[in-house]
Order: sequence, then C-alpha cells, then structure tokens
Amino acid sequence: MVMDMVEVSTQDTTVMAAPMAVLENVTKKYGAITALDGLSLALRPGEIVALLGPNGAGKSTAVRLLLGLSTPTHGTARIFGNDPRVAATRTRIGAMLQVAAVPKTLKVGEHIDLFRSYYPKPLSVAEIVRIAQLEGLENRLFQALSGGQKQRLLFGLAICGDPEIVFLDEPTVGLDIEARRGLWEQIRSLAARGKTVLMTTHYLEEADALAHRIVVINKGRIVSEGTPREIKNRTAARKIRCITTTPASRIWEMASVVDVQVADGATFVTAGNVEAVLRTMLALDDELSGLEVVAPGLEDAFLALTQG
Amino acid sequence: MATTTVTYSVSPLRRTFGEMVGIYAKETKYEFLKLIRTKTFSLSVIGFPVMFYIFFGLANRGNTMGNGQVAAKYLLASYCSFGMIGAALFGIGVGLASERAQGWLELKRSSPMPSMANLVAKCITAQAFGVIIISILAALAIGFGGVHLSLVEFAMLIGMALAGTVPFAAMGLLIALVVPAAATSGVVNLIYLPMSFMSGLWIPIQFLPGIFKPVAPYLPAYHLAQLLETVFGYQERTISTAGHWAGLGGFMLLMLGASWAVFHRTEQDS
Repeated sequence: MVMDMVEVSTQDTTVMAAPMAVLENVTKKYGAITALDGLSLALRPGEIVALLGPNGAGKSTAVRLLLGLSTPTHGTARIFGNDPRVAATRTRIGAMLQVAAVPKTLKVGEHIDLFRSYYPKPLSVAEIVRIAQLEGLENRLFQALSGGQKQRLLFGLAICGDPEIVFLDEPTVGLDIEARRGLWEQIRSLAARGKTVLMTTHYLEEADALAHRIVVINKGRIVSEGTPREIKNRTAARKIRCITTTPASRIWEMASVVDVQVADGATFVTAGNVEAVLRTMLALDDELSGLEVVAPGLEDAFLALTQG
Repeated sequence: MATTTVTYSVSPLRRTFGEMVGIYAKETKYEFLKLIRTKTFSLSVIGFPVMFYIFFGLANRGNTMGNGQVAAKYLLASYCSFGMIGAALFGIGVGLASERAQGWLELKRSSPMPSMANLVAKCITAQAFGVIIISILAALAIGFGGVHLSLVEFAMLIGMALAGTVPFAAMGLLIALVVPAAATSGVVNLIYLPMSFMSGLWIPIQFLPGIFKPVAPYLPAYHLAQLLETVFGYQERTISTAGHWAGLGGFMLLMLGASWAVFHRTEQDS
C-alpha cells in the first residue's frame, strides 16, 4: 500500500511519531566474528543520535545495515517501515561513509552534478555548495582538495537529495580541530532543518557537542544510552591521562569506561568510576607514569588557546 | 488528549524512460571525463597500441604477407583489437576494483543510483576509448601507412569495436570482483599481454611459433582479431565468421555467469 509521507511536528508532544529507522535485536556475524550482538536502536524524527564506541565496536556495521548494504544475521532492520534494501528508501536518505578515495579527476561541481541526478527532488547546486561550504571550489579537482574540503564534499553528496535521514559514519575522522568544528556546524544545521541524523564517532566530545542522544556501544552491544548530560553525569565527567603499555582495547573492557584515546604516546580514558579504573590500570602496568586525573573540557581550552 | 501514531511508508521509485537515459548519460559522461583526465590510464591505453602500430604497422609500409594481404592493413585490425581489449580490461577491471576497495562503490550503492548505471557507463566508456583508438590508428594507416580504407570498412571496424568490447568488459568485471584491488593491474597485464601475443595481435598468427597455434581458438582475443580481419577479408579460413562470434559470445556468457555467481556469494557474506 502506498501512502503519502506524513509531516511530523516534533514540538507537538501528543503526536507519537513512529521511529524513522529501527534496528530490532540485530545480530550480525561475519564468519566467526560477531559485529553486532542483539543491538536495538530507534531513530525518532528530528533527533541527532550519536553511536559512540571504539574501533571495531560495530558502529559502521549498524550504519551499513540501515543503508541496506548488508543484511542482519538475526533480527530486523527497517527504514521508513521498509526493508532498507528497497531502492525507493534510498531517495530519502543520505550517507557519508568512510571513503578512502573518491574519483580524483572529477571536479567538485561534477561530483555534485552526478549525485544530484540520482534523486527525484534534489537540492539546487547553489544550496548544496552553500550548506557544505564549498563556495569557490566547484571547479577544483577532487585530488586538489584538502582533507577538510574532501570531507565537506562527501557531506555535500550526503545532502544532495534533501534527505530526511542522514547517516554520517565517522564524519570528522582525520580532521584537525578547526575543520572538525566546521563540520559540526554543518551537522547542527541539518538538525535545524528538521533532519534526523545518525552519526558514529569515537570522540566523546563530538557526541557531546552534537547529539540529542548518545548510544555507547562496545563489542556489538549497548553499554550506555542517554542524553549527553546523562552520559556525562554517569561518567562523573572525569578523565585519566597517563603513559601506559596497556592497550586501549584492554581498557575498553573495564567497567564504566566510555572513551579511550591514544595520542602522542599518552592514553586518555574517560570513565564513570575513575578510581576503580585507575586501580585496575595500575595493577596491569607497573610502569604506568605521567598520571593526571582531569575534568574534560581540555579540547575547548586548547581551541581557545590556538585560536587566540 | 488523543494520541496519534504516525507511521511511514515509501512510495515506489518510478523514473520515466527519459530520466533513466539522463542518469545513464551523466554517469557515462563523468566516467569518460574521469578516465581521459587520468593520464596514467589514457596515455597508456591509447599510447601503447599507437606506438606498436607505428613500430610494426607503419614500418611494414608497402609490404605484403604472402597471399596478397597488405601488412599495414592486416596489422591495423590487430592493433585495433589490442587497443580495445586494453581499454576494456584496464578501464573496468582496474577501475572498478579500486573504486570497490576505496569504498566509493559502496557510497554509490547507498544512493538511489540505478544499480546497473555505473557498470553500463564503464562499458560505454571502454567502447568510446575503442572508437578513439581505432580512429587514430586508421588515420595513421591512411596518412602514413599507404593503406586504402573505404568508409564502409572504417564503419565496420567501429561497429566491431562497439560489439567486441563487451565480452572484455565482462572479463574486466570478473577480474574486479575476484582479484584484490592492489593486484588487479598486475593480473590484467599478466592476462592481457600473453593473450594478445598468443592470439596474433602483435605478430600475425601465421608467423607465430607452431606451439601457440592450437591455443589460439581458446582465446577470446583471437576471435575478436579474426572478426576485425574479416572486414578486409584477411581472416584465417579455419573457423567461420559465425564460429568467431559464437566463441566471443560464449566467452562473454561465461564471464557474466561467473561474475554473477561471485557477486551473489560476496553479497551473502556482506
């Protein structure tokens, strides 16, 4: 049966909008590897949901299932109440995936022109260029773009069709802080236009800055779920910085850990129960050094300093 | 207070014939632009047959090959085949494999692009490169090789190029699906160059060492080259024209069937 799309006002609390996209008790196995293990997730209209977790947590797998690029081993994936593999659902979604390279010898404007042609009601070129901040780059070959500009083009391609749902898989990976902040502005502008966004990230700061709801996953299961405030309260907003030989993957296994980053030889751990995590880390590594326990917000301080 | 539940449904995707043609045309235009601007591709795929034809074809200006075949004309058909096969194998085999490995194909698949658009565009692009190669070689043959080429003969060469590219496009597809992206370029060369040699594309088949002759009828490049020679009446008389078409057609079905099987197996694992 074919019905017209019903407009949903998110302000009107009496309207119970069905989720726009759903993963229901989904398990996904690749051979012996279980990427998702009974994961359930629902996207409500107009919300930005961040899937937060380390590499290999199953974030990209969840996105691929909702895009119909792969099928669940058990459970169901639905988008607009349909199987995501139905071609018609793809006219109403946009995706920014982790693409290693885009054809290098096409120009920005040509990539946009081609992607627009796939959609029944695309945004105008001028609008795409404006939203993705690609002004003045239309005639530049992809190979001549900077890392941030490349990500902006991929973002532009994701919004070409004026989608209702936008999937962003690690949209800011590999970008410096300023380029990342720029992309954040664009993601916020999507929400302002009433779009539903599912983004994956392994930065707590990013999820905190953008999402209405954060779903922390690890090893294919949901570890924690809530608003950024709830997640931060749960984590008591504390961060460990130290130099340790314990690998990030081992630290992720400790209770209450929500974020692990390794940078410049130091390990940064965000956790609810910092004391318990520290005891375990000290027990695992006699050589652990350079220890600091800090409140987050360092990134903001760093940005203020570098921009000052 | 009443509570309504809003559900969603998806209207089927309907495109008019004109819209479909528009998408395929755009896909093809950009595939062609992408490859013509990729100098490593365009220079080698066009440059090698041109260079070989200058060395072997034009150098044999005025020579005949025994039974009255004009060498420069015979080799025109050979190097046209060689060029077309290269355009198809490199354009599709190497091109598709790298787009697949880089995740670009996956991004396209998540868009409402018609599922065959990319592949059809790559095939038409390979045909376009075939036409370019044949036009350059024909111009060289007429201008510097002393070859007389009628308009009908030229048109038939072009027609053969359009048809003959398709089986090799199918072979490129299979290579892109089976061979890891980093190895496709090497694998294509390992198939393309020996196959061209043993099919008589470099040296006319009658001058090849005897051990290669029984192999040729099993090579698709041999059938293509012989079909191009029929335009000039230069083909070997051992296999009929219909036999060559059947050889190429069978090869194409084999490649497409194998590609289909591999594709479905990887789909199930994805």
